[in-house]
Amino acid sequence: MSKPLTVWDLPREEYLAPGHRMCQGCGAAIAFRHILKATGKDVIITMPTSCGEITSTVYPHTAWRVPWIHVAFENAAAVASGIAAGIEALKRKGFIPKDKDIKVVAIGGDGGTFDIGFQALSGTLERGDNVLYICYDNEAYMNTGIQRSGATPLGAWTTTTPVGKVWRGEWRPKKRKDLIAVAIAHNVPYAATANPAFPVDLYMKVKKALSIKGPKVIHVLSPCVPGWRIEPEKSVEVGKLAVLTGMWINYEYENGTYRVTTPVPKRKPVREYLRLQGRFRHLTDEEIKKIQELVDAEVARINKLVGKEVIGPVEG
Amino acid sequence: MSLPGWKQLPIGAVILTPGSSVEYKTGEWRTLRPEIDQEKCIRCRTCWMYCPEGAIQEVEEPYKTKTGREFKLTYKVDYDYCKGCGICANECPVKAITMVEEVI
Ligand SMILES: Cc1ncc(C[n+]2csc(CCOP(=O)(O)OP(=O)(O)O)c2C)c(N)n1
Ligand code: SF4
Ligand code: SF4
Ligand code: SF4
Ligand SMILES: [Mg+2]
Repeated sequence: MSKPLTVWDLPREEYLAPGHRMCQGCGAAIAFRHILKATGKDVIITMPTSCGEITSTVYPHTAWRVPWIHVAFENAAAVASGIAAGIEALKRKGFIPKDKDIKVVAIGGDGGTFDIGFQALSGTLERGDNVLYICYDNEAYMNTGIQRSGATPLGAWTTTTPVGKVWRGEWRPKKRKDLIAVAIAHNVPYAATANPAFPVDLYMKVKKALSIKGPKVIHVLSPCVPGWRIEPEKSVEVGKLAVLTGMWINYEYENGTYRVTTPVPKRKPVREYLRLQGRFRHLTDEEIKKIQELVDAEVARINKLVGKEVIGPVEG
Repeated sequence: MSLPGWKQLPIGAVILTPGSSVEYKTGEWRTLRPEIDQEKCIRCRTCWMYCPEGAIQEVEEPYKTKTGREFKLTYKVDYDYCKGCGICANECPVKAITMVEEVI
């Protein structure tokens, strides 16, 4: 394997202009900056309606310094597939040089990926289209005011999973839909998870995905200030804690092999991640224990897939 | 900023100027302002890496501290766009950034 990248490998060029209206401290904004550093300028982005879309393209302005198209909630992946096919056709007809490498990247929210755009995503993956699909996951429908999605974690308060005596936030008792497993079930050559609190890792994964032909999926955790009820300066800290507690595991899958890219020899209890966020404030010890059990099970599953204990036990 | 009428708009409301959001100065959102102590800063790039606005600029400007340490780079905040989130101050490993209240 080549030398691991460091922060000094991140290019200085910015393809996401300032002046966008993402909230103070938005994790998605950090992710977009580094995704674009990895794609470089020869890329076409498709984006369904989402926070990322409404805040970056408030008419008559755009924050994107690369070609970018807004599409419906359902079809970011389908439009990306169409663009990839169009590029191929234009190459065949000689309008674009055959060796010009133009990347096609769809970036959708968790609502646009886990729920509404799921069918289009499945189509892109199943046909083997040369598209990188990135889901930035703030774990709810944020831009319409914090409604639950298929990605909302157990216990999280949202406006549609309220908190009281009967409702205790998100109710789904099991682990949420596993986007990476879904991608792998479509026989993709590459799939990974990432997190803007680890930008070098995110950058490396986008670069690597783009070097591989065919459909690729990257699932990016995206701390959200109003939706998670966190202080704006804490979004990176919360992103780091997600990994240090095992709530989120940074890993990649490449042609049958799993690799954890941020090993955690000793885990912190999930409580440390939960307690910084107002959306989990109501949780009782009993409820936190249930979340800890879900995390322990997922850690064990990933360790097994990797073949060794890369994520250690909870300390203290 | 004056807005064009609908007849002047490009078909499909296509935006023809990449990165034109720079015309919108989000610095006005700020209530706290980050100030970098150039004497303390060890030029680690962390604040530059994490700023959601890309408002920390990395400039090729040499700096020599009072204790004689020399650096090739200087990190500066672009106050036109900094929203004052405080991530840079929270993440700086040597606490070289302080958030101070904006006074008008
Ligand atoms: C078919 C359809 N249903 C509903 C909407 C309204 N809508 C726009 S964005 C959005 C939520 C997006 O959630 P997500 O994809 O998670 O992105 P986020 O805003 O959280 O970043 C909704 C419900 C829509 N535009 N189209
Ligand atoms: S609501 Fe959340 S995801 Fe949306 S712009 Fe604000 S911080 Fe970012
Ligand atoms: S306060 Fe936030 S927006 Fe301002 S420079 Fe620091 S990280 Fe960037
Ligand atoms: S994070 Fe702190 S030490 Fe590092 S470059 Fe920024 S101000 Fe300097
Ligand atoms: Mg969302």
